Amino acid sequence: MIEIESLTKQYGPTVVVDAVSMSIVRGSIAVVVGTSGSGKSTLLRMINQLVLPTRGRVLIDGRDTATTPSHLLRRQIGYAIQGNGLFPHRTVAENIGTVPALLGWDAERIKARVAELLQIFQLEPAEYAGKFPHQLSGGQQQRVGVARALAAEPAVLLMDEPFGALDPIIRAKAQEDLIAIQKRFGTTVVMVTHDMDEAFRLGHRVGVMHAGRLLQYDRPAALLTNPKDAFVSRLTGIADRSLRLLSLISAAEAAEPGAGSGPAVTADTSLRDVLSYLLWQGARSATVLGADGSPAGNLTVDGILARGRPR
Amino acid sequence: MSLEVPGAIGGAARSAQRWDRFNALLGAVGIAAIAWLPFVDCKTSRIATGQPRSLFVSLAPGWAVAAAAALVLFAAVATFAANLRARLLCAVLGVVTVALAVGCAAAGLTPAGNRIARISPGIGCWLLLLAFALIAANALSRFRLTPAQRVLALLAAAGVAYMAFATGLFDHLSVMREYAVNAPSFAREARRHLLLALGSIAPAVLVGLPIGVLCQRIPPIRAATLQALNLIQTIPSIALFGILMVPLGALAAAHPLLGELGIRGIGAAPALLALFLYALLPVASSTVAGLGRVSAAAIDAARGMGLTNGQRLRQIELPLALPYILTGVRVVLVQNIGLATIAALIGGGGLGTFVFQGIGQTAIDLVLLGAIPIVLLGFSCAVLLGALIDVVQRMPP
Repeated sequence: MIEIESLTKQYGPTVVVDAVSMSIVRGSIAVVVGTSGSGKSTLLRMINQLVLPTRGRVLIDGRDTATTPSHLLRRQIGYAIQGNGLFPHRTVAENIGTVPALLGWDAERIKARVAELLQIFQLEPAEYAGKFPHQLSGGQQQRVGVARALAAEPAVLLMDEPFGALDPIIRAKAQEDLIAIQKRFGTTVVMVTHDMDEAFRLGHRVGVMHAGRLLQYDRPAALLTNPKDAFVSRLTGIADRSLRLLSLISAAEAAEPGAGSGPAVTADTSLRDVLSYLLWQGARSATVLGADGSPAGNLTVDGILARGRPR
Repeated sequence: MSLEVPGAIGGAARSAQRWDRFNALLGAVGIAAIAWLPFVDCKTSRIATGQPRSLFVSLAPGWAVAAAAALVLFAAVATFAANLRARLLCAVLGVVTVALAVGCAAAGLTPAGNRIARISPGIGCWLLLLAFALIAANALSRFRLTPAQRVLALLAAAGVAYMAFATGLFDHLSVMREYAVNAPSFAREARRHLLLALGSIAPAVLVGLPIGVLCQRIPPIRAATLQALNLIQTIPSIALFGILMVPLGALAAAHPLLGELGIRGIGAAPALLALFLYALLPVASSTVAGLGRVSAAAIDAARGMGLTNGQRLRQIELPLALPYILTGVRVVLVQNIGLATIAALIGGGGLGTFVFQGIGQTAIDLVLLGAIPIVLLGFSCAVLLGALIDVVQRMPP
């Protein structure tokens, strides 16, 4: 549990972050979106004290972070940034082992952890552990960057536009990986991004920041159906908000009982993708398959459309 | 990394272009030197006016024509050969031929038993050496040698040169005549010269590096500090050596013990101090520049992962800045090897002793006895440190 209490950062007369309060449930992903200069990165950097707040405080599991020396606090919090920030003179294994080494783990334990993380990120340890960052592709570098942030098994992971430099295909893969890893380790993730799609895709809760203020912090669907501010609805997109809403709902969630006659879709397909698929097939309904691959429900075009409206 | 040269001049394109204009120009200069410029100067004594002689009247006629033909051939091959190895080989053979010819010419032109006559290389000889050396350097640079290969090439060249001197090939040349007279003091002054140059670099690195780190960390002091060091650089070397004599002399007068330890107004102390001061700026400013080039993302990541300031400096910033810092050290090393010459003027010794004695006696050969080793020393140090820089830059790319 991370509690941010009226956190404020001022540089001279300029208020960069203005009395932001939010709480992030343990094991969830919170994404803060905003335009550049909205103060979202500063907010993130105040959590691990890379920026010291002017006012307000941050509590992690009830403990005020200001009571821990900065460098010790940061060793307990994973940190991944855009452009990955890998150390160019160190191998992949040395990069990933940075924080464990700072924490005084023995060499065997570090080696085992590095191998485990490389496996998780689909990088064969024997091949990649000894490579230097410049020998990797952009996507591989980014994976090593996230692996490094997770090396010491932190309960909290901060990510500052971690996928900003990746092309769309690799980015989608990186987002999937992050969701899988977050589920696996139960890490609490706080991410900032300017990419609305990314925020909706990853965030259990999404905060919208503008001019230093947190305008709204809510479930993604609530941001679409019940925006508290004109800026929020502008940022979340008025034209395609219905489709965004559909993309947040899985086929299994919306399925009606009874086997349908239409083409089959898997349970985790989003309604947006089901709708698109049905349009393409010229069909009016789809059969939703259960985990075992047998028909488990039915989805009609009308049923999908009803879900694309605020209720 | 950034040093890699793509395409045409890189090692990948080892077969050179049809012909090389730069080599052609150098070859033409060499051939013109053979035809019109004196190959050796003959003097009846070390201070007499020289009698210029062309290559053709310096050696026995048959040998002279053979040498000239060989040199023209080597220049032509070095210019037109498609194969870089052939170019390099011809350039090296050209240098060897000129060295052999001038050594034999000196032996042949010295009257038997005469120890007063001086035969020195003429302007034509120097130009030929320069032209072939440049062609060789041009070819070598295209091979893109590894650091180890460069050091080996330097050692090989030094070995060949040593053999040439050891066999007495150059014994009749004027510079070697001066060496024969000054042999005992030459070794002493050469050691002293190295001591002055290297002995001033080591403390300059120990002091300049922390200054550079501080300047990079604390921007307000950066401009003032670097300006002050820059000011020292602008003081002419003779003036700085002179200025330092005053306080050091006063210090020695006030504390005789210091004087006995060698800290006096004249001698090595003011020379070392001046060379140390000259070395500070390049070391400090290259440290600032090197640290400034470390990627901001790497620094942010290091902070964000909980490295302390000291750990960040030692583990991340300094290793990444090392190639730049070493480049600064290379600059000061070559600079100080040259500047140490001036030390002789204030009793600091070094190879400058011969240079200034030679100037005083208008004996150009004695000047060369000091100057040539200084140039070779500077060149060798530049190659060695250049190789070291490549090693630290490549090992962790």
